[in-house]
Amino acid sequence: MKKLLAGAAIAVLMAASPALAQTPPNVLVVGQIAEPQSLDPQVSTAANDFRITTNIFEGLVRFAEGTLEVEPALATAWEISDDGLVYTFTLREGVSFHDGTPFNAEAVKFTFDRMLDESHPFYGTGPFPLSFNFADITETAVLDEHTVQFTLGQPFAPFLTNLATNTGGIVSPAAVEQFGDDFGRNPVGTGPFQFEEWQSNTRVVVSRNDAYWGDAAGMETVVFRPVTDANTRVAEMLSGGIDIMVEVPPDNVAMLADDPMFTVYDAVGPHVWYVMLNMKEGPFTDQLVRQAANFAVNKETLVNDVLQGTADVSAGPIPPAFNWAFNDAVEPYPYDPDRARQLLEESGVEDLSVTFYVTEGGSGMLDPIPMGTAIQADLQAVGFDVTIETYEWNTFLSNVNPGLEGKADMAEMAWMTTDPDTLPFLTLRTAAWPEEGGFNSSYYSNIDVDEMLDQARMSTDPEERAALYRDVQAVVHDDAPWIFVANWKQNAVSTANVQGFELQPDFNLRLAGVTKE
Amino acid sequence: MTGYILKRLVSAIPVIIGLSVIVFGIMALIPGDTATALLGSYATPDNVARINRELGLDRPVYEQYFVWVGNLLQGDFGRSYILNRPVLDEILERFGATLILAGTALVLCSILGILAGVVSAVRQFGWTDRIVTFFVLIGISTPAFWLGLLFILIFAVQWRVLPASGMYAVYGGGDLPDLLRHLILPATTLAIVATGVIARLTRAAMLEVLRQDYVRTARAKGLDERRVIYRHAFKSALVSIIPVIGIQAGFVMGGAVYIETVFQWPGIGQMLVSAISTRDLLLVQGGVLLVAVTYVLINLVADVAQAMLDPRLKT
Repeated sequence: MKKLLAGAAIAVLMAASPALAQTPPNVLVVGQIAEPQSLDPQVSTAANDFRITTNIFEGLVRFAEGTLEVEPALATAWEISDDGLVYTFTLREGVSFHDGTPFNAEAVKFTFDRMLDESHPFYGTGPFPLSFNFADITETAVLDEHTVQFTLGQPFAPFLTNLATNTGGIVSPAAVEQFGDDFGRNPVGTGPFQFEEWQSNTRVVVSRNDAYWGDAAGMETVVFRPVTDANTRVAEMLSGGIDIMVEVPPDNVAMLADDPMFTVYDAVGPHVWYVMLNMKEGPFTDQLVRQAANFAVNKETLVNDVLQGTADVSAGPIPPAFNWAFNDAVEPYPYDPDRARQLLEESGVEDLSVTFYVTEGGSGMLDPIPMGTAIQADLQAVGFDVTIETYEWNTFLSNVNPGLEGKADMAEMAWMTTDPDTLPFLTLRTAAWPEEGGFNSSYYSNIDVDEMLDQARMSTDPEERAALYRDVQAVVHDDAPWIFVANWKQNAVSTANVQGFELQPDFNLRLAGVTKE
Repeated sequence: MTGYILKRLVSAIPVIIGLSVIVFGIMALIPGDTATALLGSYATPDNVARINRELGLDRPVYEQYFVWVGNLLQGDFGRSYILNRPVLDEILERFGATLILAGTALVLCSILGILAGVVSAVRQFGWTDRIVTFFVLIGISTPAFWLGLLFILIFAVQWRVLPASGMYAVYGGGDLPDLLRHLILPATTLAIVATGVIARLTRAAMLEVLRQDYVRTARAKGLDERRVIYRHAFKSALVSIIPVIGIQAGFVMGGAVYIETVFQWPGIGQMLVSAISTRDLLLVQGGVLLVAVTYVLINLVADVAQAMLDPRLKT
């Protein structure tokens, strides 16, 4: 028995002995929050997948580094007809997909037809959950090898930004034909990195595309590793197992920031965290009560203490990440409980008992339970009587999305979008009430806002659009259909030897410019 | 013996059918759906309806169930809605990883548990017994996920002698020593609680056997104490220890769910957690089915082993 034990101990020591080195110099290891679902840019819906696909695929246009402004990518120029219905793109010449087939107008048509045309031979390689972003396309026409033309059924200004999102990535038709349903596990695009290997639940490997049309990537190889548990992800970072990780738990940010071995990044995201207020029934039908709620909640405490500085206080439905459309004259409601009490008194509303839907988690919801409780406490302090009902995320959505009527007076919600149009269009228009198929679950309705949003969507002049969104911000701020709470700042940590890494406002992870010392 | 095994196998069939109906039913009853999980905040009623239609989820639940069973009988486990790959590919890959982890943990806890139990029974109320009982109690009372994090902090972060997570190194590696290196922490963590349970039961079973007349007889006729303990007492005690190991096998498989999450072990437990939260029905069905069949088989093996040791049980 003693021999056996000694043998076992030696085996353990031998297995353990090669001390773990840092990651190799030509390899960048990225700690992801989950296993990807699909690397097919049209099929995928998760930010976690986009962080990989954005390095493999490119769209006709892309967001300029560090902004949400559109710049050329696979298209070098474009023209928009005066009625806003016809978009004609001139394509970059001499570009090839990673499988060697040429990128051309046919490939663009193939990409969009596959996603939108149910009779397309490869429509079955879907479903394409986010295809509604392009649902206004009635025809994609090949004018010549390097010119492609989209015709829309109605003017839709966010079309251009939608083309810059991951769902607009152009796929290799030859590869889709070859792999069919499995294209999502064998992705072929034109980006700075090409796909090498996907070992389920262990790693996705991409390597430098030496034939890339732009500047060649800095790293030879990038390995994406799923590490679902946040604590384990931090431990991997500390033990030298990964070079970059995203979505660092707030608790760990401060510790990593103090350590010279690591660099912490943060950047504003196009994210809004808010509490919708039921405007169909109950106390929040009164504007004064809604404003009182906005004054009553101490948002500074929420972002600094509950979220530990990982978010900024929000002023309205359009976050500052959309710098071109953001209205910086609209300030957040200050924390002023006396003002709140005064407004409540003015309103004359007596029954202030409300039901508050809180979720346990969910995409972009940050720390929903502590935030919900803190908001409850602030509202109680000025005279509301708040009952919290907590639900698991999927259940929460199926309760909230059909509308709050008859169920609750307030509900937490968060959105992350790539165009200032998306969130107000889906959640604030009268035509977006749940029964109309939208997400205006708290029944806000203001004809002026409806008109401005419709007009902004039709206008092809960015200046005119921007002015309209600034007005929307001011009007909605005043109407206070929500308690405007927070704009999330995304964060990431890298080891100190990682150079050239920047977070992008669309939450993508662009790695072409990254190197290691 | 063959008849006994066959009878046990046949009696497992209704268990597995019942289980598949229950899982299907629960998945249908819990609110939320795959389309909502896929679409996230874009889950408009229109979009949800479109995705449901494309995935065939708009059909009645019983119809979905029979379609699933029909396909299953032809060896088709279906396709995961979320992962976009055949369920069978995914669960087999995952299951292999779980078997390695749970199997190692089970061997580890059986050896250590039996050893500790026998030693502490033989030296009842002695110092060895007290020390063993103390550690056994700590093992049973410590939450395994916490212990896992503690191990990661000590061995991976502080000393950097073992990897913090994963099954293989992400670059290079992939061979047996690499696997062993990654296996040590999760397998030990998973084994610790089960070791405590087995040790306690072994101690109790041994103590009971050691009080029997035939043990006294064996001693009286001058047999070597070692021989008394291992040949006579331990063999009888094993009859009551083996079913406990069978039950611990189930416990270890269940414990793998959170240990796999903590150590990012790419096993079936971790898969089930994410499949349930995304309502990936066919993946949950396939995974649960596989785990259930394994559990039934392990207990069958335990029962057969027990019956071989104690022929009275073979009825």
